[in-house]
Amino acid sequence: MLAYILRRLLWTPVLLALAAFFVFFMGTCAPGDPAELRLGNRATPERIERERERLGLDRPILFQYAKYVNGILKGDFGDSYHYQGRPVLELIAPRLWVSMQLNIAALIVAVVIGLPLGFYAAKRQGTGRDPAIVISMLILYAMPVFFTAPLLILFFAVQLHWVPAAGWGGFFSLQIILPALTIGVPGAAIFVRHMRASTLEVIGQEYIRTAHAKGMSGFVVNYRHIARNALLPILTIMGFTLAGMFGGSLIVELIYGIPGAGRLSLDAIFQRDFPVLTAFVLLGAGMLVVANLVIDVAYTIVDPRIRLQ
Amino acid sequence: MSSVTRLDQEISELPRSRGHWRNVWARFRRRRLAFISLILITFIYLLGIFAPVIQTHDYQETNLRRTQQGPSAENWLGTDRAGRDIYTRVVWGIQTTVIITVSTFITGSLFLGVTMGLFAGYFRGWIDAVIMRIGEVVSAFPDILLIILLAATLRPVIVEFARSVEDSTGMSGLVSSGVVDYVVIGIALLPLSWFGMMRLVRGQVLVLRDAEYVQAARAMGTSTPRILFRHILPNVVSPIIVSVSFGIGAVALSEVVLSFFGLGVQPPRPSLGVMIGEVTARGGASVSVLRDHPEQLLAPIIVVWLLIFCWNIVGDALNDVLNPRSR
Repeated sequence: MLAYILRRLLWTPVLLALAAFFVFFMGTCAPGDPAELRLGNRATPERIERERERLGLDRPILFQYAKYVNGILKGDFGDSYHYQGRPVLELIAPRLWVSMQLNIAALIVAVVIGLPLGFYAAKRQGTGRDPAIVISMLILYAMPVFFTAPLLILFFAVQLHWVPAAGWGGFFSLQIILPALTIGVPGAAIFVRHMRASTLEVIGQEYIRTAHAKGMSGFVVNYRHIARNALLPILTIMGFTLAGMFGGSLIVELIYGIPGAGRLSLDAIFQRDFPVLTAFVLLGAGMLVVANLVIDVAYTIVDPRIRLQ
Repeated sequence: MSSVTRLDQEISELPRSRGHWRNVWARFRRRRLAFISLILITFIYLLGIFAPVIQTHDYQETNLRRTQQGPSAENWLGTDRAGRDIYTRVVWGIQTTVIITVSTFITGSLFLGVTMGLFAGYFRGWIDAVIMRIGEVVSAFPDILLIILLAATLRPVIVEFARSVEDSTGMSGLVSSGVVDYVVIGIALLPLSWFGMMRLVRGQVLVLRDAEYVQAARAMGTSTPRILFRHILPNVVSPIIVSVSFGIGAVALSEVVLSFFGLGVQPPRPSLGVMIGEVTARGGASVSVLRDHPEQLLAPIIVVWLLIFCWNIVGDALNDVLNPRSR
């Protein structure tokens, strides 16, 4: 167990270094000369040449990569091409914080809706309610955000005036409700599916029959014996879901006008600001890898039957 | 009457056993929703395939006297801001989806994923280790971000390459035909498609490689490729089919997202993503479009919605029908 965690901990930096190399390499394939982009159109060839030397662009790619990684270790992701030399991290950090808040709110929505519904569907297996829940959640899951986002705004903000139509006011503001629903409800469909499957598995176990036979109340069996055990496999899915949402929130941020990572990375694409884009992808990868590691370790603590190797 | 002829007679009276796939089909057909979904998918794909035949206009043809019209006899689903026929553009957009889904699955998931999975599972050792580690690095990235990065950086490189091919061979229209867009999207979607399939096949092969019939084949001196493709592969087909049917919706959606951001299919070639992106001004005008001209937004979206929903239902049903043990 300890050996496993240790091995994972040692592999994680290697994994991130390889991921960083991949992203860095893609960045160098990108069109446009960074020196030219920095200096603008009116730069003379001599000045561009000097800038290239200053940035180390004339050195071999492995050397540039080493420099990039060295910078990252010190918290320096390079400078943006577009925002005249501002450090990338300074641009990204506040945006990423906004996106994270939004995604956590969405995850809460997904869990609060998804887990009870999945449990309920499993308990009602064989009746019409089970397929009704599964299919209606699938319909919501398949609905593209290009449609759900404006629909929610039109209904709750424009028609009913319950919440502001767009913008960002922090985690505890009314504005977060609609975007969190837009991302969270399709996410709930994933939880319904897995919670239902895992509950069905637990219901078939012998200890459940024993608990009923002992004359325990339905409530106690449901919550202490079934739900608790059914929740275990859900932990793993949380990591994936959070990662999936991170991607999905790009479009939602655009439609709701939220100043998150999505907006900035989209601008980065069109302004050919590759330091910003690569930093995003790399930070996203870092968060995903660490989240999965934490979840794997948490898993062994929650469920002592599992021994990782 | 001799006992032998009686036996013959009895055998011929037994119900004829049907093949495995006919059984699967019969069980699948009994699931009404899945069956309807499959018919819908086929219908939508046929619309795309026959787009040049069933179009009512040219997809590029603008008519500035008839812009932003609602549905009518002349324009079945209305017209967009440039007066182009929405119905025509939707069927051409479906064709784009069909081409991208088919080519991505054949190259990425079926060719790369399946062969790598067979090799990794059968040979194990360092081949397995290398393939798995590469996969881990690729799957460390959030899907959409990686796809966007790949599409954004690769497009100029691939367009440049296509131009040089055009120049050196004297062929023209390679870039303008849209083939380049398909290549860009196909490559950008590779990380999404191959690793899942590879891991699935590898897991199955790890079990099957020690199965008795495989050992027997090996003992008889059957060549390795023959064992892999004739003995092991047919037994992995069921999970592959299930995985493909679940994945198609995701690939179709990824193309829509890429084209929405302007990184996928390039205008004037229509795609469902391009239509959504154009009509909403990349998200900014979504609300006003939905309020004032809902058909412009809904036409491409309903197709995407149906495709994702139906493929999920079909995947579920196939999973039940093909892997009865997993129930």
